[in-house]
Amino acid sequence: MAENILEMRSITKTFPGVVALDNVTLQVERGEIHAICGENGAGKSTLMKVLSGVYPHGTYDGEIVYDNETVSFKNIRDSEHKGIVIIHQELALSPHLSIAENIFLNNEITKFGLVDWNKTGQEAQILMAKVGLDESPNTKTKDIGVGKQQLVEIAKALSKRVKLLILDEPTAALNDTDSEHLLDLLRQLRSQGMTCIIISHKLNEIAEIADKTTIIRDGKVIETLDMKKDKVDQERIIKGMVGREMNNRYPERKPQIGNEILRVENWTVHHPDDVNRVVVDNVNINVKAGEIVGLAGIMGAGRTEFARSLFGHSWGSRISGNVHIKGQHVNVKTIRQAIDAGIAYATEDRKKFGLNLIDDIKRNISIASLDHFVKFGLVDDNEEYKVASEYRKSMNIKAPSPLSIVGKLSGGNQQKVVLSQWINVNPEVLILDEPTRGIDVGAKYEIYNIIQELAAQGKAVIVISSELPELLGICDRIYAIAEGRITGEVLRKDFAPELLMKYMTKEKEKN
Amino acid sequence: MSTNTTEKALSGMDSLRKRLEGVNLRQNGIFIALLGLVAFFAITTPGSASTTPDNWSNLVVQNGYILVLAIGMVMIIIAGHIDLSVGSLAAFIGAVSGILAVRPLEQEGWDWLPALPWWAAIVGAILVGALVGVWQGFWVAYVGIPAFIVTLAGMLLFRGLALMTLQNTNIGPFPDEFRAIGNGFVDRENAIGTALGLPAQYNGTALVLTAVGIVALLWQALQVRRGRVKYGQPVEPRVWFFIKNILLAVMVAYVGFELAQSSGIPITLIVLVVLIVVYSIVMNKTTFGRHIYAIGGNLHAAVLSGINVRRVNFWLFVNMGALAALSGILITARMNSAVPKAGDGFELDAISSVFIGGAAVQGGVGTVTGSMVGGMIQGVLANGMNLNSVGIDAQMTIKGLVLLLAVAFDVWSKRRGK
Repeated sequence: MAENILEMRSITKTFPGVVALDNVTLQVERGEIHAICGENGAGKSTLMKVLSGVYPHGTYDGEIVYDNETVSFKNIRDSEHKGIVIIHQELALSPHLSIAENIFLNNEITKFGLVDWNKTGQEAQILMAKVGLDESPNTKTKDIGVGKQQLVEIAKALSKRVKLLILDEPTAALNDTDSEHLLDLLRQLRSQGMTCIIISHKLNEIAEIADKTTIIRDGKVIETLDMKKDKVDQERIIKGMVGREMNNRYPERKPQIGNEILRVENWTVHHPDDVNRVVVDNVNINVKAGEIVGLAGIMGAGRTEFARSLFGHSWGSRISGNVHIKGQHVNVKTIRQAIDAGIAYATEDRKKFGLNLIDDIKRNISIASLDHFVKFGLVDDNEEYKVASEYRKSMNIKAPSPLSIVGKLSGGNQQKVVLSQWINVNPEVLILDEPTRGIDVGAKYEIYNIIQELAAQGKAVIVISSELPELLGICDRIYAIAEGRITGEVLRKDFAPELLMKYMTKEKEKN
Repeated sequence: MSTNTTEKALSGMDSLRKRLEGVNLRQNGIFIALLGLVAFFAITTPGSASTTPDNWSNLVVQNGYILVLAIGMVMIIIAGHIDLSVGSLAAFIGAVSGILAVRPLEQEGWDWLPALPWWAAIVGAILVGALVGVWQGFWVAYVGIPAFIVTLAGMLLFRGLALMTLQNTNIGPFPDEFRAIGNGFVDRENAIGTALGLPAQYNGTALVLTAVGIVALLWQALQVRRGRVKYGQPVEPRVWFFIKNILLAVMVAYVGFELAQSSGIPITLIVLVVLIVVYSIVMNKTTFGRHIYAIGGNLHAAVLSGINVRRVNFWLFVNMGALAALSGILITARMNSAVPKAGDGFELDAISSVFIGGAAVQGGVGTVTGSMVGGMIQGVLANGMNLNSVGIDAQMTIKGLVLLLAVAFDVWSKRRGK
């Protein structure tokens, strides 16, 4: 019974300057649950986008054989037509529509060109029963929890006569009961002959449910493990995920660590929309002068949420806890207060949250510290220009002039503008959220140098990154964060990817 | 050797091109469009009626109140909002100024209210305008209702209040000093010209003020250029700088000379020049102005750089209220009567001025001077078409097309820029 429903053969997908998938071959047997593991950025999502037609046929090399025929999808509709449905981590439901409407969205049951609401409700109820969703089909999806929303997505997939269901981090946002329920449902679907591909960071879940696991690293398939035959456990998966050689992609680190600058005590943050959901759970951390401290965690662990809540309560609700800078208790209720207290936060999403893309380098650098440039009540734009010119030189921002429009710069240069903006505030503590996301290797090295330079000046630096090797390469100390809690603290001398990965995937003990 | 020279020439071309990029083509483009329009009507209007001294004077006072609105409006639009209520608000404030300056004198039952001197009535009316701005700013900035909705409501609300305040009558006439801001001229009797012994057909004060204005303009341009050069900032090519500023000076001289042959410099023009100077400084040189651009450019980034966005939005609307009040005073003074229908549709003229002047619908882009040029394009167009006896039907059609084409040109040039 070893018939393959899907074979992806020698898939290679390149983006300008990056090989995202390198000769990847994946075989999925009919009726199995096949897990795909890998670090953030390893290429899992890219592979699934190739499969589902988000990247249309022709934009990649290689061949996809599905259901015994070679397929060439031009878009998602093509792949859905063949029974391949992908459910993304960010659910694609329309919150103000009912469950039934969502299930049949863009796939409406019609009669004489009009929507047949009676049939829609009836069919929806049958599908909801299949996935164990006990709600009225007329309930709006915004009024049910994330767990149930996930079930709506699956019901929606079933309505499309799905044969191959792909779930991207299905349990990342779910609590334990909902996760358990979802896994049960997947087992049940498997017993009915459904094939599933599941992408997950929760290794214990994978160990529990998957028949096979394919590990991807740096765009390459490392191995495919048969979970039952090989007696695979979490440690084994971790080893496959991180087992890479470390070369000198990072500048040499000679830290000079001073007194404690930042101390955060009992920091707890709730979700802004769902005030009962704890996103950051009683976090205690400290950072010393000249120290680079990493925050490692899988996506959704609460890293950015922690940083932004610390930075002037700019994310979250019902925030509690204490912040001390150089032993002094400080208030960080507004962003202005946080900046004045000496905290700076450079965002992970520079285009959306960091830069005014239609304005020039000069004005982007000065905006957070505009008061420094005021003389007799007026902003001295010559002084701004001078400062921007200095940053252009010292940070090696590649642009014709400090008056160049930021939106036209490359990602790495934009990142340098963001860093300049915050360095010019002259903070005590710099929180850098994904400082090298989406920039090329050369620019990364420059950013690492800048980070080292900042630490050498006696700043306390916190680096948040999804790339574990990056943190291991530049940090003096790393906190692992999982499900909003600090699950481990590792000093540089004890750095080991396996250890951190274990902390990062550590889940709350079930009671 | 020869390759060397070629390279030199090439790099010279390159640097010229690079320098020309420093010249703001969009901004200069609408200015040239305005000049073209003036030239066009100078040729087509019967007897060059569009360039007579009196018509220049008319152009200023007829458009002054729109331009005042456009100053507040461009700030609002740069921040990514809109204000539909300013026409109604101008009418309401006209009514308020009537109550403050006139009503107790002319009507029984109002004698409990002391008639204020003209200047106190003006100050009072502007304060009421600012207070209305507080109201709108509260809803937009602190409650978070989109400005479109708040000011759409305001459009009805203030028109209603204007009607209530006036109780279906008009108030007037106004004291002469009050009327002067809309209708008056600086030293109309030409006392200074006579004292200086200038020819009697010219208003001496107008000539003096024009000269002062030109000197100030050139001095300021030179000062800015010097500062930039000192700090190594790129500046326009010297030739272009001189040509541009001399042209500008010639134009100012021409208009000043024409006005001097009419009744002199309109007081409205003085008010306007002061406002343009002050608000250009506010927008370019104060933290408040810079925060406005930052908010319009990327709201999220502005929040995360510590800008108190609510406070900026709030004060923007307070400012708009005060400017709309000033506009209402200019209208009332010019008509010498507070009427309920005053300012009808003026919000749309102000908004068009801003967009013709190069502001972006998404916010973050726009200038005070650009909006003034945009306003003048509309003003010159209307004035010229009137002199050419173009019917109101065709005028509206043309105005609509001009707005659409101006913005289309903007979108097109931006896309080409990419």
